Amino acid sequence: MNLNEWIFIGLFFALGWALPATPIVLGKILAPKRPNQVKQQTYECGVEMVGSPWTQFRAQYYIFALVFLVFDVELVFLFPWALAYNQLGLFALFEMTVFIFLLVVALVYTWRKGALRWS
Amino acid sequence: MSGVPSLSDLNLAATLPVSFLALYACLLMIVDLFVPRTRKHITAGLTMLGLGIALVLALLPLAGAARFGDGERAFGGMYIADSFSDGVNVIVLITALLGVMVAYNYLDRIQRQRGEYYSLLLFTTLGVMMMGAAGDLVVVFVALELLSIPLYILSGFRRPQEASEESALKYFILGAFASGFLVYGIALIYGATGVTDFEGIWAAVEEIVAEDASSKYLLLVGAGLLLVGLGFKVAAVPFHMWTPDVYQGAPTSVVAYMSVAAKVGGFAALVRVLGSGMVNFALDGGLVAAWQDTVWLIAALTMILGNFVAIVQSDLKRLLAYSSIAHAGYMLIGVAAAGSAPVADEAARAVIMYLMAYAFTNVGAFAVVIAVERDDASNTGLESMRGLAVKQPLLAASMAIFMFSLTGIPLTAGFIGKWFVFKAAIAADLIPVAVVGVLTSLISAFYYLRIVWYMYFESGESEAHVPVPLAWAISIAAVGTLLLGIFPYLLSDMTHKITLAFGP
Repeated sequence: MNLNEWIFIGLFFALGWALPATPIVLGKILAPKRPNQVKQQTYECGVEMVGSPWTQFRAQYYIFALVFLVFDVELVFLFPWALAYNQLGLFALFEMTVFIFLLVVALVYTWRKGALRWS
Repeated sequence: MSGVPSLSDLNLAATLPVSFLALYACLLMIVDLFVPRTRKHITAGLTMLGLGIALVLALLPLAGAARFGDGERAFGGMYIADSFSDGVNVIVLITALLGVMVAYNYLDRIQRQRGEYYSLLLFTTLGVMMMGAAGDLVVVFVALELLSIPLYILSGFRRPQEASEESALKYFILGAFASGFLVYGIALIYGATGVTDFEGIWAAVEEIVAEDASSKYLLLVGAGLLLVGLGFKVAAVPFHMWTPDVYQGAPTSVVAYMSVAAKVGGFAALVRVLGSGMVNFALDGGLVAAWQDTVWLIAALTMILGNFVAIVQSDLKRLLAYSSIAHAGYMLIGVAAAGSAPVADEAARAVIMYLMAYAFTNVGAFAVVIAVERDDASNTGLESMRGLAVKQPLLAASMAIFMFSLTGIPLTAGFIGKWFVFKAAIAADLIPVAVVGVLTSLISAFYYLRIVWYMYFESGESEAHVPVPLAWAISIAAVGTLLLGIFPYLLSDMTHKITLAFGP
């Protein structure tokens, strides 16, 4: 490979570091520092902080996350398929039917097992 | 490849046994949701029905009665429906049928009668069937995961019993690690050859060998890592550490099934990848593949360690775990023999025959353990066999048949399996490893026949529960073991069509 191309990679590398580092360093040097109690708090969507963040989360979140993931991934695959539907034809329709069938099986299973009920 | 494939390119009909069972397993999972807790015999019965239909669909092409689909290739060569995959299908489906029969009452006894057991068993079976039919390394990986993940869950099915949980976690962590090795191996092979389908690998290997290209080292490392990943699944030394712990902790009905099914899948993939895709990978210009030495060395170590350590075991489940390690060694002899191109087909047949014999024998032996095991998972020690012949003469007689078969005594299936494997090894000029096989078989007689001795010549307070399905499973296994041993042509007729070769 030509040496010049390597110089570009090196340049980008340096630039990549410099761009975020400069404002942080500048901010440290230039910004006035007058801390008070409200400013020091952890940012939590403007809601007042309650207790320590080191608490245990409900295990149900995990099942919801799994179910969410199923449909999230489904959408990722369905979208490009729908866009290119005209060129793909029967083959892709069949494949998508199989795919959605499997997800429906999973949904019926979780539903029936009561995983969607928040209790 | 040009443009979008059409539906008929899939050749779906060729995959009939697998696609049928896949659909059936999904539907069974839904149907089971509406089966009340106390009537799970419906789920078990439906599982048997599905497996039975799939078995018929797998037997038809093997018997030459029907051919499904248009040629052997399906899904653009990713799935190969040839006589080898038919053989694998038949073995694993019979194992699964026996596995359901031994499980039903056992699950009641240990109070874990859940419908998921049967769906998971079907999914594992699917994974094994896909392993046997894989035409592409990617399919091997997907099938391996489909085979393994349900097995991890099944190992922990006795939750919250600690031993079962420990066994599941151990199996899962080590299994995930082994899968990592496999994927890395696949990546390196792809790096060396630029393809992942076996036929393409075969052609690329031919080229690499002809040009003596430096990518042969990449290929060698890739094949080695693949051997690690699959060696773990079949419990070959030095990747066997998990076997005794997992087998001891997991519910016995799961062990009965997985000790056979995981091996069927692992060996099917080993024979396909090494014996078919890379059989021409000869570095010194000969006909012997470069991986052969490694495989026979692993085979010898596996036989020696498995058999010697089994001698000192005092628990039946652990003893059978080490015995299953030892048997992986005998089957690896067959894989090693497949490294000599002229013997490859014969060796593949030998492995299939060994697996068939092993399926009947090993499921049968674990079924007897299920019969003597107490509801709290105790009483699996060797002493539980004492005096069994007096209390339960038929059970003891069946156990004796299984032990004879595991030793490899003539007139049992185990003898036929060993005979064909050793024959292939001698044809491949691997005489030393065949000698190791014969000598370790002699050693194994000590611990197998000790169980027979306990049953017939010592007295003790043995107990056993043999409900009807379990009795059927044990009888079928015993009859199968004897039939294959007395009429070996039943097996050799079934397998004589198996060929693996690519190219001219």
